[in-house]
Amino acid sequence: MGMRRVAVVGAGITKFMRRALETPKELAWLASKAALDSAGMSLDQIQGVVHGTAPDAFDGLHMKGEYLSDGSGGWKKPYLRCYVGGGTGVYAIAQGWFHVASGLFDTALVVCEEKMSTCLPHPQAAFLTIFDNITEQPLKPNLLWIFALEQNRYMARHGITVEEIARVSVKNKHNALGHPSAQLGAELTVKDVLASEIMAWPVHRLMVSPTSDGAAAVVLVAEDVAKTLTDQPIWVQGVGWCLDSTYWTNRDLYYPEYVEKAAWMAYKMAGIREPRKEINIAEPYDPFAYKELHHLEGLQLAPKGQAPKLLADGVFDRDGDLPVCPSGGLLGVGNPIAAAGTMKICELFWQLRGEAGARQVPGKPRRGVAQAWGDLMQVGTVVVMGTEQPA
Amino acid sequence: MSGKPETVRGTPLETADFKKGKVFTVSYVPKLEYNWDTGVAVGRYLEELKNGRLIARVCHRCQRVMIPPRMFCERCFRPTDDWAYVQDTGTVNTFSLCYVSWDVRRLKQPEIPAVIEIDGAAPGMGIMHKLGKVNPKQVRVGMRVRAVWKPAAQRTGSITDILYFEPIKGGAGKPAKPAAKRKK
Repeated sequence: MGMRRVAVVGAGITKFMRRALETPKELAWLASKAALDSAGMSLDQIQGVVHGTAPDAFDGLHMKGEYLSDGSGGWKKPYLRCYVGGGTGVYAIAQGWFHVASGLFDTALVVCEEKMSTCLPHPQAAFLTIFDNITEQPLKPNLLWIFALEQNRYMARHGITVEEIARVSVKNKHNALGHPSAQLGAELTVKDVLASEIMAWPVHRLMVSPTSDGAAAVVLVAEDVAKTLTDQPIWVQGVGWCLDSTYWTNRDLYYPEYVEKAAWMAYKMAGIREPRKEINIAEPYDPFAYKELHHLEGLQLAPKGQAPKLLADGVFDRDGDLPVCPSGGLLGVGNPIAAAGTMKICELFWQLRGEAGARQVPGKPRRGVAQAWGDLMQVGTVVVMGTEQPA
Repeated sequence: MSGKPETVRGTPLETADFKKGKVFTVSYVPKLEYNWDTGVAVGRYLEELKNGRLIARVCHRCQRVMIPPRMFCERCFRPTDDWAYVQDTGTVNTFSLCYVSWDVRRLKQPEIPAVIEIDGAAPGMGIMHKLGKVNPKQVRVGMRVRAVWKPAAQRTGSITDILYFEPIKGGAGKPAKPAAKRKK
């Protein structure tokens, strides 16, 4: 493609918390500094900064990107905020990739931050404004509606049960016990999940990720720079993204076609023909339990309607054939929107370097995929990372 | 240097920290008002809702009868061609029983949001609305439903001119065929 190879050489993350003492700017600083330290770099070695953060409405701060720039290392640098709803945290890596792959910069810092806790009584109310302002908002929808509607459609099309979906919460909250940033790691049973409050049938409370404060960051560099910094660069092998129509009631929610398109864009770039055989770890977006399964199907890692069975068979366990969300995911680590997607990128970085500690998947994984999702059941963002330098 | 996050930073706060005055906060309540124009297509949609009817737009290239109506086809990326009245009946595509209000109050009786595929529109063309006058336990995907309208004098030209959709009695019947005659 005439593009330069791009490597991830450092990753940093804060704790994910229900409510943090730190301001958004302080959170962004903590993650940015941790990522630079992990790369053994200082800010003056960074040529461009990409920032990702979700709606200004959470913080009540207009121009949040500019507000966050100082904490994100943006002082007197080319600095750009990107935003594609919940898809932001993975998309931001693609944007950082352009910066370096294009030859415009040799180094880029990608920082994603979210502080949801300041919005009262609950940040959920800020989501009212994502629905169509004239034809939908007067019905007083809430965010749970669209997830519950999509989960029910997915279940109805394939004959999937709520029990099968509850297993995702059990797995991810268990995995999160090994993550030092985790907000909601727990040992649970399917019975516990089903005994939790029904928020919006078929969605139970323990199938919903929490609201969180937190930040995560990575350092991207060109191939020749990577080799001067580390013996273990992790390569960005492919990036992809795709947006479906805002007329979400006009398409069948049982399958995320836009995730499939985004995945194939990234897979083609990475030279992947058979994703199920060529990918060793997956970090699909799991803000709700069913979403992990729905996205695995969109990512071509399970046939349509079959992800629940593979989950029940243990294929997606940390020591399974295809570990899925070994981090603990949004359900376990937490969901500071944009930062949650970047947390998945950090996880692939640590897993592929063999540095994931208690969470390390066995078998020296060589390639992983991270995916995020957002807007009105609408956007898929995908990054493929691996230990091998792309051809 | 290792990338391993051996110690991650951040200071979680508990409710007690606020009660005991351990931390300072500053409050802000934004007061903004907007007056949204409803546009060409949705403006007509609202006008017809006030008349107790549902109206769609047709694209002659892809043949879709689209609701909510739009003046351009986002797929063909060309102007849509005709207005077409569609029925106020349809089929439940998906639904939820929601026990939480938009501002996170708990509800004893669930709201029943649904996507309803509208009879006479292209296959799979649904709108979001709510179901009513139905036992929540009996709602099913595929259920046939009909709009329940506000009395004419109370309609304002809003999606809420339809109070909710209710089951059609003996409603196993097949959905009506797409609109054959399209009215200007």
